[in-house]
Amino acid sequence: MNEVKNPVLQIDKLCVSYGKVEALSNASITVGEGQIVTVIGPNGAGKTTMLSAIMGVLGSAGRVSFDGTIEAVPEVERMVARGMNLVPEKRELFGEMSIEDNLELGAFQRYRMGHRDQARTMNEVFELFPRLKERRTQLAGTLSGGERQMLAVGRALMAKPRLLMLDEPSLGLAPLIVREIFRIVAELRRRGVSILLVEQNARAALQVADYAYVLETGQIAMQGPAHALADDPRVIEAYLGLGGKHQAMLST
Amino acid sequence: MDVQIALMLAQDGLTNGAIYALLALALVLVFAVTRVIFIPQGEFVAYGALTLAMLQGGSMPATAWLLAGMGALVALIDGATALRNGQTQKLAGVLGWNVGYPLGLVALLTLLPVKDLPLVAQVVLALAVVVPMGPLLYRLVFQPIASAPILILLIVSVAVHVAMVGLGLLFFGAEGQRTPAFSDANFEIGPLMVSGQTVWVVMASVVLILALYQFFERTLYGKALRATAINRNGARLMGISPALAGKLTFFVAALIGALSGVLIAPITTIYYDTGFLIGLKGFVAAIIGGLASYPLAAVGAVLVGLLESFSSFWASAFKEVIVFTLIIPVLLWRSLTTRHVEEEE
Repeated sequence: MNEVKNPVLQIDKLCVSYGKVEALSNASITVGEGQIVTVIGPNGAGKTTMLSAIMGVLGSAGRVSFDGTIEAVPEVERMVARGMNLVPEKRELFGEMSIEDNLELGAFQRYRMGHRDQARTMNEVFELFPRLKERRTQLAGTLSGGERQMLAVGRALMAKPRLLMLDEPSLGLAPLIVREIFRIVAELRRRGVSILLVEQNARAALQVADYAYVLETGQIAMQGPAHALADDPRVIEAYLGLGGKHQAMLST
Repeated sequence: MDVQIALMLAQDGLTNGAIYALLALALVLVFAVTRVIFIPQGEFVAYGALTLAMLQGGSMPATAWLLAGMGALVALIDGATALRNGQTQKLAGVLGWNVGYPLGLVALLTLLPVKDLPLVAQVVLALAVVVPMGPLLYRLVFQPIASAPILILLIVSVAVHVAMVGLGLLFFGAEGQRTPAFSDANFEIGPLMVSGQTVWVVMASVVLILALYQFFERTLYGKALRATAINRNGARLMGISPALAGKLTFFVAALIGALSGVLIAPITTIYYDTGFLIGLKGFVAAIIGGLASYPLAAVGAVLVGLLESFSSFWASAFKEVIVFTLIIPVLLWRSLTTRHVEEEE
């Protein structure tokens, strides 16, 4: 068990099925305040399904407790309003709108609730991603893969989330960009954001995370402190492989 | 045909074109955000015009009761949901907007000497009755089936149209109505006589189009609607709920429709079922824009207006035929020039 004092997110026996196929069964995970928790696992293990269910994009059975309040069935808009944010695998940017507009929309829910600090938050995001500032008027659809990922993360940060969920942030990116993304993940923790990170790049994820879960065919197969899992022979054999050390460089 | 007639026809065409442009914009907007092909757009034109006429006739417009009925239904549904989820703090808002507002409006219409109010006040009151029906309609009819295929949404849209025309007959009777002009001024520009109402229509359309442009480019809610049109999932993850976007879109569409009705009521006689033809011409224009491009739709609308007025001069019996036949070459040209792109992911 991930023993933490202040859990931000606690999911208990979460189940999701697509028709008769159960994609996620009885998954229980905990993310503590200021922690980076990673969920690793092969393709089709149910990682994205789990994030979608926590966020309320997919219906689920089980219990999701966020920030001390239990949501029987999470609802996306409410979760966003309460400070949970998901950066999906497909990024889901607004391609025909400028970077600035994309970021501004990231703060939509905050704006609706009467907060008017968007300009300051945007400056903070620009500090984190100077590239985005240079191209602020460019259309999101014209960005490169790495810039898109930065914009997707930046857009989520505009909502000032308590919990940021990243779905495969390194997917399809060049090694140097992946390194940059993981550097930012670590930087975000320093700023007090709790992070739930779903990754196929297990080596880099274990390097940056505090605690890790291994998801296999819809079930939590293993869990433990990230450094312990990184040394676990079963994990090494299945996910890290031998001689793949250059991948670890990506997260340093 | 001499120059004078040509100019007169062009003026007519432009006036009607301005209205079609507004309706076409509304249709494109509704389709982009909610994927609904909004056949009842024209009914809002008729409801707007005829509600104004009833107010001017000194009687309580039956549309106010329709509004109250729709509001009560929504209050019932949303109130029950709020209670079931234990969100009692939501209840006051639900009741206030859906029950309080319509009843307050009915009280206002009963107490005020509506007949003797200045025209501006009457127009505002007519809009206050008709426009909120847009979001209520979305809540009652389209929100429960928001994720249905486009064809289902279209079929439901046709059903709403038929229902609204029937209710229109019930509310307003079979008689046509024409309201007094906004201004009696006439301008002579060279050989051309321009009526004050024409100027009103064109100016109001231009102002409204500019206002809409500002709304979509400058305000966060406008951007949220565009974002929903571009990427529904992405918008949802930002906390922009499809329900909110849908209601807002239908509000704008109803506003455009009702305002168009108020604007043309002094020019043409409006019957309970006139809206359909007007809306359909807006639809032709929207199709010229591929149901996606606002500027093309606006240009198409002016084209439809001009074509209509000139064909009414040469072949008035075939006026509608010519206008609606226009859709065939447009569709041919569209299907030949645009490659079908496979849906991405």
